[in-house]
Amino acid sequence: MTPPPPLPRWADIYLLPLVNLLMALIVSGIVISFIGENPLEALRVMVNGAFFFGNSLGYTLYYTTNFIFTGLAVAVAFQALLFNIGGEGQAYIGGLFAALAAFAIGPIFPWYLAMPFVVIAAALGGASWAFIPGVLQARRDSHIVITTIMFNFLAAALMVSLLSGTLMAPGQQSPQTEPLPDAALMPKGTAFFSVLGINAERSPLNLSFILAIICLGLYWVLIWRTRLGYEIRAVGKNPDAARYAGINVPRVITITLLISGAFAGLMAVNEILGVHGKVILNFTAGYGFTGIAVALMGRNHPVGIFLASLLFGALFQGGVELDFEFTSITREMVLLIQGLIILFSGALAYMLQRPLARVLGWILIKRQVAHG
Amino acid sequence: MKNTERSGATAPFSLELKGISKSFGAIQANKNIDLAVRPGTIHGIVGENGAGKSTLMNILYGLHRADEGEIFINGAPVAIRKSADAIAHGIGMVHQHFMLVSRFSVLENVMLGSEGGALLKTGREQTLERLQELSDTYGMRVDPKALIADLNVGNQQRVEILKALKHGADILILDEPTGVLTPQETEQLFEILKSLRADGKTVIMITHKLEEIMSVTDAVSIMRRGEMVGHRETKNTSTAELAELMVGRSVLLQVDRGTSKPAKVAVTINGLGATDDVGVRILDDVSFEVRGGEILGIAGVSGNGQTPLMEALTGMRTPTEGRIDMLGVTISPQHSVDPSALRAQGLGHIPEDRHQHGLILDFTAQENMVFGYHRAAQTGSGALMDVKSIKEHTTTLMAQYDIRPPNPDLPARNFSGGNQQKIVIAREMFPNPKVLVVGQPTRGVDVGAIEFIHKQLIALRDEGCAIILVSVELDEVMSLSDRIIVMNDGHIVGELPHAEFDEKRIGLMMAGIKEEAA
Amino acid sequence: MDSFLLIISALDATFRIATPLILCAMAGIFAERSGIVDISLEGKLLMGAFGAAAVASLTGSAWLGLLAAMGAGVFMSLIHGFATITHKGDHVVSGVAINILASGLTVIIGIAFFSQGGQTPTLPRDARFGPIEWFGVNVMDAVPILGPIYREFISGHNLLVYMALLAVPLASFVLYKSRFGLRLRAVGEKPEAVDSAGISVRALRYRALIIGGLLCGLAGAYLSTAAGSNFVREMSAGKGYIALAAVIFGNWRPVTAFLACLMFGFLEALAPRIQGIEFPLIGEIPNQLMLAIPYIVTVLLLAGFIGKPSPPAAIGKPYDG
Repeated sequence: MTPPPPLPRWADIYLLPLVNLLMALIVSGIVISFIGENPLEALRVMVNGAFFFGNSLGYTLYYTTNFIFTGLAVAVAFQALLFNIGGEGQAYIGGLFAALAAFAIGPIFPWYLAMPFVVIAAALGGASWAFIPGVLQARRDSHIVITTIMFNFLAAALMVSLLSGTLMAPGQQSPQTEPLPDAALMPKGTAFFSVLGINAERSPLNLSFILAIICLGLYWVLIWRTRLGYEIRAVGKNPDAARYAGINVPRVITITLLISGAFAGLMAVNEILGVHGKVILNFTAGYGFTGIAVALMGRNHPVGIFLASLLFGALFQGGVELDFEFTSITREMVLLIQGLIILFSGALAYMLQRPLARVLGWILIKRQVAHG
Repeated sequence: MKNTERSGATAPFSLELKGISKSFGAIQANKNIDLAVRPGTIHGIVGENGAGKSTLMNILYGLHRADEGEIFINGAPVAIRKSADAIAHGIGMVHQHFMLVSRFSVLENVMLGSEGGALLKTGREQTLERLQELSDTYGMRVDPKALIADLNVGNQQRVEILKALKHGADILILDEPTGVLTPQETEQLFEILKSLRADGKTVIMITHKLEEIMSVTDAVSIMRRGEMVGHRETKNTSTAELAELMVGRSVLLQVDRGTSKPAKVAVTINGLGATDDVGVRILDDVSFEVRGGEILGIAGVSGNGQTPLMEALTGMRTPTEGRIDMLGVTISPQHSVDPSALRAQGLGHIPEDRHQHGLILDFTAQENMVFGYHRAAQTGSGALMDVKSIKEHTTTLMAQYDIRPPNPDLPARNFSGGNQQKIVIAREMFPNPKVLVVGQPTRGVDVGAIEFIHKQLIALRDEGCAIILVSVELDEVMSLSDRIIVMNDGHIVGELPHAEFDEKRIGLMMAGIKEEAA
Repeated sequence: MDSFLLIISALDATFRIATPLILCAMAGIFAERSGIVDISLEGKLLMGAFGAAAVASLTGSAWLGLLAAMGAGVFMSLIHGFATITHKGDHVVSGVAINILASGLTVIIGIAFFSQGGQTPTLPRDARFGPIEWFGVNVMDAVPILGPIYREFISGHNLLVYMALLAVPLASFVLYKSRFGLRLRAVGEKPEAVDSAGISVRALRYRALIIGGLLCGLAGAYLSTAAGSNFVREMSAGKGYIALAAVIFGNWRPVTAFLACLMFGFLEALAPRIQGIEFPLIGEIPNQLMLAIPYIVTVLLLAGFIGKPSPPAAIGKPYDG
């Protein structure tokens, strides 16, 4: 099979993701019609619910924050051609480390020392959970996909036993920790957000959003401006050539996974330090998997990841609205759209590239003929 | 050359190709190929790597489809669209890389595709019987119960032949069958081929080893750069003639090479040896010296040890014997040195395959311009790369080396072969290396760029660099080198100073014929 | 006698827990031996469970439910095949997509049809697969030791448990004794060899995936119409992944994967039964540790610390043919 014809760069970056999104929405629309509802009405409710209704924008951006972190986790690994499917578990352990750090120093230090320390702990927690799969991939060629899946379950088992055991708040029935010390928590930044015209007051939005935006910038610098990022991309594009250039491929793989895990771990900052103020069971809620869709759709580019995160934030928040407005459509609609986006922009990435290139070629030639 | 000039071809050819052409993108792998093979003969096809032999055979076996041309079997036109068609027409193929499932037994491999029923039980007895029969007829004994992974390469190849015969092959194609065999195994293979011929089968053998053509074939066709350049009866030709046809004589390039002023010894290689991952010796007792300010050319038909020699010199392969001393470091089986350390000491490396090693095609020109030097102090400070100065550096080099289009942001993929190669050359020459290892510097490069690249190499030599040049283009080696070493089968066959360069002598050496000690 | 009954009941529970694992593991073996990475076992299992419960509830027939489950499994398999075989997409990405699609679709369709928050209505007894009493159970009761073993262990399971047990020798037979099996194993090891023997690589892989879909459907039907009496959202609860671990642990062979399923099932069966029991020297074994063992051993195995896994050589690699 000949490789698909190249698309113009703008089409590859902007048009293809849009077409993929459109395909996912069309299929979802078909499913909605099939269950007897009006897909356009559902879309209207979702858009309204995501951006315009009450505090919905705050909620949307709160979800967006999670997806930026987990999307970055998947994307940085993709740069080295590695598939980290373990963001879920890494975020979970990130929450554990954050909580332990908060309990350890939160009561002693002022917030400007405690909070960064706890944020770093969350990143370290995520990185630690990616470390073993990373080393096993780099040194022993153990398939990262399978090991990270297994580590998701191990994280879940570990957290269940800790949250219903050692770490369970005394006198509590539900498996969760005691509230974390205030000094360790992420400020809400209501004033800051109101400057931006966002009412964060009655939404879970907090300053983790800013941390996420900073991480997008850091990711860009790392990948396109540092020597390490250069090596990561070289390993991802051509490991043979990387060896020619004297790059230590196993070392780069391990470091990449550590960074990936750290991004995933930071998701816990939003959930644990920003919203819940304690570690609760299953706070990761599948956001780690959504990161896969975000990275695929965002084409591993920071702007793309931001836009895809915003899209999924809107879908999640809009999905909640679906629950209210319809009896027969629920927020699981979002799962369907998410699955379809992964399918179209990931697994079937080449399916649309060829016809799209053909259509574009046809249009461009026509235009040339018209103008020439 | 047309088939009509053959003599005594009265019976229909068992196989005939007419006007076969095949392109992969911009590369034309086969150009208007004609070929006729008489039944009951062993027919050799020679040519260097990349001459288009394998493509031609893959077309014949239905793995590729020709863009143009016709195939006739026993005089009748046939359409071969997939390998099942080829098998149905009695064509069997023994691929260079065996098509065997290594975790299967011999029996399972032979049965695959001709199982003789929905359950294996029924076909098993028949297959065993047929195997016995074949091994009696052609002298191929292999234990049917043995696992492929446990067999040596020679026996694995027998299984491939048995499989083809079991599928009913009358025309057997062998692609580089001796590349992985020991001399003894090669002898045994030739015995098998002769008994197949005696039984009326047609054998087509693809190889680049001329000695083998002379010892076992009845007729031979020679390919070069995708074209069929000649057909000969084996008894009417010689290795020297074949070598000449194979390597060709393009217009001798005029290089103003001036005179070299060899300085101190810069590279010393002593008793270097290496084996590949299946244990075949690919470098054997290689020793030589290179001085600063000279170009040492390494001539040889490709696949005779040049690649592992280059890999050992550049830190990409740890030798199994001997040592290399250069640039103040020693490379030996006990002490491997990684490529970046050698680069830091002043080694330049223009690899044989720029797509596999020299460039990252998805990286931009400027990213490729620092590939391997991306940790050097000049490319940035601390963890960061200085993109702006890298871009300026690239722009300067692009002007200096006339790399077009002069756009540092263009991915390497979008440059022509010549300009891609210039990116590699600019990068490796810029730091003024003390030792430069160059492989195929002008492969896939247009004429204008060839001249430019040659000039650059001479200029670098005159600055005192020790250059080791590997090329399958004999003309190139002869016109650039101050000294030539000829390699065959992992050994050094001979060495000639510039004054004694002689195409014929080198051609014989390339064919593995040693000159008696002078 | 107490501990004897405990072991018997744990073994009995082992079979009940292991049944969907065994069926999914056999499905995984077919897919992976053909060269397709199959992390979508989970999604196919979930779709199967939903299909069975939904159709059984609408028609009142467990058998029609079973058919629907197998259809749902095959449908998901075909999506996987379309992405990975026809369009050479990444196997893992496709698998992730299918698992997420299954989570979404089951609930969406479930709510649309039954308006019970994603569950299906509880099935009446005759719309489910009930236990099958074997001949002479009451007579055997009189026999000590053998009696309880016969009653608990051999008799009294539902049809799908026996089908799972039958699936193992059947899978073995197909893989190792049939022409299809020979070609299937070959295509996962070296598709070039199959292609050059004139056999279609695509057709073989599609067939392998379809068989996998059928088996996952059976497993799903077991969850919702035999072991349970309705569909509950996310009821596959990671069983597809444990089955995948069993495939790896069993080195991609039916009988050893079956043993791995039994081992994983036994650990899960034992976990609640030994809770609170102090063992000499080691003390109490945490429940979660027992449940985590399958994942731990799989990682250790993949790392080459216990034995050496030998996955099909061509797994996950797209084939241009």
